[in-house]
Parts: sequence; structure tokens; C-alpha cells
Amino acid sequence: MSATTGATRAITTAETRSTTRMRRPVLTTLSGGNGGTNWWLTALIAVCSLTVLIPLYFTIVTALKSPDQLGGTGFELPTSIRWENFAEAYQLTNFPQALLNTALITVGAVALTLLTNSLVAYAIARNMHRKFFKGLYFYFLAAIFVPFPIIMLPVVKETALLGLDTPVGLVLLYTVYGLSFNIFIFTAYIQSIPIELEEAARMDGASTWGVFWKIVFPLLAPMNATVGILTCVWAWNDFLLPLVILSDPSARTLPLAQFVFQGQFNTNYTVAFASYLMALAPLLIVYIAAQRWVVSGVMRGSTK
Amino acid sequence: MMSTINERATTPATSASLPAGRSRRAPRSSQPKIPRAFYWMVVPAVVLFFTLHTIPVLTGTFFSLTNYSGYGTWSFVGVSNYINLFLDSRVLNSYGFTFFFAIVSTLLVNVISLAIALGLNANIRFRTAFRGIFFIPYVLAILVIGYVFNYLFANSFPAIAESLGLPAGNLLADPQFAWVGIVITTVWQAAAFNVILYLAGLQTIPGELYEAAAIDGASSWRRFRSITFPLIGAYFTINMVLSFKSFLQVFDQIVALTNGGPGTSTESIAMVIYRGGFQGGEYGYQMANAVIYLVVIIVLSFLQLRFLQRREATT
Repeated sequence: MSATTGATRAITTAETRSTTRMRRPVLTTLSGGNGGTNWWLTALIAVCSLTVLIPLYFTIVTALKSPDQLGGTGFELPTSIRWENFAEAYQLTNFPQALLNTALITVGAVALTLLTNSLVAYAIARNMHRKFFKGLYFYFLAAIFVPFPIIMLPVVKETALLGLDTPVGLVLLYTVYGLSFNIFIFTAYIQSIPIELEEAARMDGASTWGVFWKIVFPLLAPMNATVGILTCVWAWNDFLLPLVILSDPSARTLPLAQFVFQGQFNTNYTVAFASYLMALAPLLIVYIAAQRWVVSGVMRGSTK
Repeated sequence: MMSTINERATTPATSASLPAGRSRRAPRSSQPKIPRAFYWMVVPAVVLFFTLHTIPVLTGTFFSLTNYSGYGTWSFVGVSNYINLFLDSRVLNSYGFTFFFAIVSTLLVNVISLAIALGLNANIRFRTAFRGIFFIPYVLAILVIGYVFNYLFANSFPAIAESLGLPAGNLLADPQFAWVGIVITTVWQAAAFNVILYLAGLQTIPGELYEAAAIDGASSWRRFRSITFPLIGAYFTINMVLSFKSFLQVFDQIVALTNGGPGTSTESIAMVIYRGGFQGGEYGYQMANAVIYLVVIIVLSFLQLRFLQRREATT
């Protein structure tokens, strides 16, 4: 392999150069120089990954225990498993209702976002030479820097007034608030798509809408995947927006339900942890199942 | 890369591909008028955005000049809200805490994420598995993570510290060091996404650059300093700005970990606005707080961008 000969050459050239300090070959593998694996680094990364897994392990283990097993450091495995924790948490937090609400809101937000945001970005991206559209671009972009708290108080009143203090209102809000960032990344991506494809379609008589849906939208698939994932995780785990917008207790989302019942758990930690585990589980399971796809989707999108 | 429809239509190549008889129906792209469809594509979004985003910003700013309590009657008080904010120790504390928290967290998250990304990008085994593990915290709700860490800090960590003979106690109950617990929780969750971001950036660097440098006898640190760091400069810049902005809006984990306590020592700006505005009947007053918050974020983000972009250009 050229890399190995390169490294060997490096050693010989370095020996003749008295001014150059040469590191031992072991470290040239740090940046993927040689063909061998860097086991030392692998072990280091493994230890680091434990910091991620330990709190999860703790959550699972505690959720399975009975209250008398709670003493000590808490990292011991349960001596006997108390499945009732889950049943109690299920009832106390009205889990099925919260799960359904969260799922509906998330699916709605993702669908609406994917169908609309790229459309707006397309119109802007293909007309940046016009003042109106360029102005719109910066109008949407500026909102990225507007912190939510300044909108928080007024929008609560507004949604109540418009009858949007419901899950449907939340779906609309997620779609609209996502516009800023999504337009930013979609526009950049669309500008890298050659316009000849749309030209050709237009010559064949396709309308502007047709050009978008038939040509551009399919090409946006990788970007749509990234935006879809980001929106899904955002909408599913969001706490502040459901907290302030939703007025009906039966419309609660999973994080909101956790918050409301946190006070009720008192020292009933095992049930509380069972509840945490159930709240974290849905998205975690989906992630583990689609893990490669999710990570590569986010990675591909972030390079743009 | 960006070309207008007008220019392209006049090239002979495209007009030659027109099937006979269709040329009359094909749109005359040399016309200055752009298809109406583009307007229809943006107008609904603009209307919705204006209604649900811009109008709240405007009405909020308007009410910051009043003594509106969220309900009932109100009257103009001019800039007295703004003046009172600078005299309010609770508000000043929240700004101090939030900024301190955001700076520490931004630095820690970016440095740690970059380090892990470098490790993942190197010649290690099980790379995909580790990558998958490191990304897990991203899909977990920070509120629930906060509850888990709350218990850990209150019970497990003191127990472990005691068995090791170290000083034990709930970190979150200490007014001086509660922020450490909040930062740890935040970094644990936020690093996940940033690791992937940096990894994506690192993988855009061609391997040949490293090989060439190795042939020239460059040490690993030198390779990092002269190849890696400058080339991911753009990622680093954007990431620092976005992370900082996001950490300035911290809310969820503080609710879960300390609820602003002990006392009000760990209240963030967002939390003060939420509590004062919704529960304290201080709508107008907190809106003034929010306006100041907005100006601060815009100014800081702008300064950060300028500073980091200038550094990028000179390396």
C-alpha cells in the first residue's frame, strides 16, 4: 500500500533531516495512515462510550427494581424484577394518551414540513436574483436568531385566540418555526442542483409546480431525510412549546406528561424511572432499528 | 452555479432539442416576468410565518412598553420596564448564570465532540457501532434525561463518592456548584449531535493530504493543526455560533435538575421570562426582558460570526 511505503520513506527522510522531529509509527495511524487498527484508541473510545451507556443502564436497572432495592450506589442489578412499576407508571402518566398525542403531532409536523418547506426554499433559491425573493430569504433567516422566549408569551395568547391551542396548532407551529433553518439548508442544497434539468422539463411543457414535484423534489431525498429526522426528534422531545400552548390536559405530549407527574411520584423512584424509560423508549427503539440510516442521513445533511 | 432561466433559454443547444410543433406552447423564457407559480409557492408560508412569528414579536415588543399583567387592563409605562430590569437582581443573576453556562457548555461540547469525532475518524475497530452509541443521547428528551441525572446527582454519585472516601453531597443542592451538574447533563446530551457533525466534516478531508504530510515527516499534532483544524474551520464556526445561541435558551434541563434552585441561583433567562410572564403576572415587564434578550443574542451571534470568520480567513 502506498501509505506504508510513504511512512517508511517518511522515517528514512526524517532520519536524514536532523531538524524534523519524527513521531514513532504508532501515532501515524492516528489519522488513518497505515493499514493496521489502532487498538489503544479503540479502547479509549470504548471507555468514552461507556459514559453514554451508563446512565441508560442505570435507568433500565432502576425501573426494574422494587423500592427496597434502591439503596447503595444504585448500579447493582435488581435481585428481583418488579414489573408492576411499568403498569403503575402507565396508568399514572396516562401513557397511551400521551404517546398517541406525541406520535400524531410528530408525524403531522414531519409530513407538513417536508411537503412545504422545500417548496418555499425552491422558489427562493431559483429567484435569488430578484429583490422580493432575496428579501424573503433574509426575512426567514433572521428568525433563526430570534430566541423563543420573546415569542413565547404573545404566541400563547394568539393561539388561544385563533383556536390553535391544540395539537393541530402545535403541528402548524413546528412547521412554521422550522421554516427558518430549513430554508437555510434547503436553499444551499437546491442551488447545487443543475438548473438544466428543470430547463429541459420546462421546454417539454411542464408547469412550475410540475417541475418541482417531478424533478426537484425527488432529488431532494437526502436533504428531506435529514430534515425529516431533525424535525421528528425535535417535535417528539419538545417540552416548552407543548407546555405553554396546549390548554387541554388530555392533549399532553410525553415530555409534558413526565413533567406534570414528576411531582406526584414523590419518593416512588422505581415507578418514576419506569415512566422515564417508557418515555425514552419509543424514539430509542426506532433509532436502534434504523440506526445506520439515521446517522448517515444526518451526516450527509450536515456537510451541506 | 446559480443561473437564471433567461440566460439559458437563448443557447442554441436547448432550443435545438425542442420537438417540432411544441415550440409555440413552450414558455418564452426570455420574458422578464417570472412564473406566477413561484409567488404561490411562497405566499402561504409567508402569511403563516408572519402570523405566527412576526406578529408575536411585534405585539410582544409593543407590550414591553406597558404594565400589562397578562389579563385585565393595562397602561403605557414607556421605558420604565427596561430601567427596572437593570435594577432587578433576579434578572441580572439569570443573565449572568445563563451566559456563564452557555460559554462553558459551548466550549466543552465543541472540544469534546471534536475530540471524539477525531477518535471515530481514526483507524479503530467497530467504528459504526461506536458511532451509533455516541449518537443515542440526541434522540432522548433532555427533560427526562434531566430527571435521571437529578436522581444520579442526589443519590448515586454521593454514594459512590462516599465509598471512595471523597466528599459526598448533592451537587445540585449546592448554590455554588449546581451549575456543574447542569453543565454535565447538557454536555452529555448535546455532544451526541456535534460528534456526528464533526465526523461528517472530518470525512470531507481527503486522506491524501494526511499521507502527503506524513511523507514530509509531519507529526500528528502538526497534521491536526495545519490540515484538520483549518479545513473544518467552517463547521467549527457555524457550530460554535449555533451551540452558543441554543445554550443561551436553556430551559428543559434546568426545570428537571434544579428548577432554578437552590433559591434562584440557577435560573436561566428563558425560565425567568416563563415564570414571571405566566405565573407572576409580569407580562409587560418580562417582554421587556425578552426584547433585551433578543438584542443581546443578535449582537453576540453577529460578533461571534465576524470574529470566527476572520480567524478562519487568516489561518
